Amino acid sequence: MSAAEPILSVRGLSRRFGAIAAVREVSFDLWPGEVMGVVGESGSGKTTLLHLVSGSLRPDAGTVLFRDRQGAMQDIQAMSEPARRMLARTDWGIVHQNPRDGLRMNVSAGANVGERLMAVGARHYGNIRGAAEDWLARVEMDLGRIDDLPRTFSGGMQQRLQIARTLVTHPRLVFMDEPTGGLDVSVQARLLDLIRNLVAVLGLSAIIVTHDLAVTRLLAHRLMVMQRGQVVETGLTDQVLDDPQHPYTQLLVSSVLAA
Amino acid sequence: MSMTREPLLLVEKLRKHFTLHLQGGLVLGVLDDVDLAVAPGECVVLAGPSGAGKSTLMRCLYANYKPQSGSIRVHHRGGFVDMANAAPHDVLAVRRETMGYVSQFRRVIPRVPAREIVAEPLRAVGVPGPEALARAEAMLARLNIPPRLWGLPPATFSGGEQQRVNLARCFVMAYPVLLLDEPTAALDAANRRIVLTLIDEAKRRGSAIVGIFHDEEVRDAAATRTFTVRPQTVSDTTAA
Ligand SMILES: Nc1ncnc2c1ncn2[C@@H]1O[C@H](COP(=O)(O)OP(=O)(O)OP(=O)(O)O)[C@@H](O)[C@H]1O
Ligand SMILES: [Mg+2]
Repeated sequence: MSAAEPILSVRGLSRRFGAIAAVREVSFDLWPGEVMGVVGESGSGKTTLLHLVSGSLRPDAGTVLFRDRQGAMQDIQAMSEPARRMLARTDWGIVHQNPRDGLRMNVSAGANVGERLMAVGARHYGNIRGAAEDWLARVEMDLGRIDDLPRTFSGGMQQRLQIARTLVTHPRLVFMDEPTGGLDVSVQARLLDLIRNLVAVLGLSAIIVTHDLAVTRLLAHRLMVMQRGQVVETGLTDQVLDDPQHPYTQLLVSSVLAA
Repeated sequence: MSMTREPLLLVEKLRKHFTLHLQGGLVLGVLDDVDLAVAPGECVVLAGPSGAGKSTLMRCLYANYKPQSGSIRVHHRGGFVDMANAAPHDVLAVRRETMGYVSQFRRVIPRVPAREIVAEPLRAVGVPGPEALARAEAMLARLNIPPRLWGLPPATFSGGEQQRVNLARCFVMAYPVLLLDEPTAALDAANRRIVLTLIDEAKRRGSAIVGIFHDEEVRDAAATRTFTVRPQTVSDTTAA
């Protein structure tokens, strides 16, 4: 994590939807191996920011620079569409809040994982099957379910499958939008442990959007607090949670029992 | 003349207050122009009445609290990092390699077994898995945590057991700078003596230590020097 240069550099990112300024003038750097949590109440612009940074939504203003495997900073907006799509497939991983948005529901669990590998050029069936099995095991899926369709899975299993599908290509930067949202508390806990371990073992850089401060305490090195599209506070996770400076952050922290 | 030893920790003009926005902007002054230098082999004990700001000072040193102004320079990788102003990834590097902290109230990491909690800081600096586990278990044994507890998450442990797991997690590393906030508060006499031995070893190794100890016996045995934190008067300034 002590690499000398950021993997992602965001400056002045802004986006309006009609009269609403969804994201206003957001700037930050993300360092290799660093996990940044983005917190704030619903509607504060967290997911929009994630879409802007990952290139799936165009900003009205601002730049996103990403350091590619060769060490060059690539301007995401200036890239050609195919180049950006290739980057999204190889170097980035996106874990959606709703597993349905990240999975193909009409192909098997094994194929969901294998497909991602084929998209980056893997061709040997045995290797693909082997990698899929390996990843399903890493996310603690029962290998007996490898040929089943995701729609026969519980929400927690679907989310674990989505994580396997996302990480199988070894992305360098992962975006997660409420990865534990909508799950039972006990399922959430297991998923959190899983993500916590994977992120540490793989040394991933990640941006995790959540409204759950306890999730950030466990997963994020640092936090960015958003209110009405603007960043009101940033800092080390435990510092922001234990000594919040901004009135909005103090309100957020005081409204939960024990983050 | 004896060899002068450069301080490993250098605090200058540190100011800290809390603005309680949910209480009408009440400002609580805690630290005002604190200067403190801690050399290798020293154990500086913070003194002062309850609520004076001893833990607040210590949390500022660890960058858990954010001071209003001043600097907290820590010797790290041959240079100095200012914990009051460093970027998060630099603060985390200092915490990983240089500065250990045992807090008065430590949050347990849910669902992680004691031996993993203790091995984690070793792994984070690249000690291979089996060696990290072996060293973690040795430190747990030294602090009298029975082997049957090593595989369990400390959430259900007694107060003293949890405190000893926290101590093991800190002392399993040979941090050059140690921050100890009431590390023996929940311990019996036998375990307090073990902690004193660990502190002594750290001093002899050349660690710079800042400690808060309510127990007079522990304080007298550990301290090379006392530093008094003076309580500030609460101002009733209201933020605009
Ligand atoms: N996060 C915080 N937010 C607001 N006020 C705080 C916070 N942390 C500490 N304080 C206040 O700062 C003052 C100093 O508290 P601190 O815990 O540093 O005292 P202490 O000297 O360690 O006391 P003790 O000996 O009882 O542990 C107290 O008035 C406390 O209420
Ligand atoms: Mg205290």
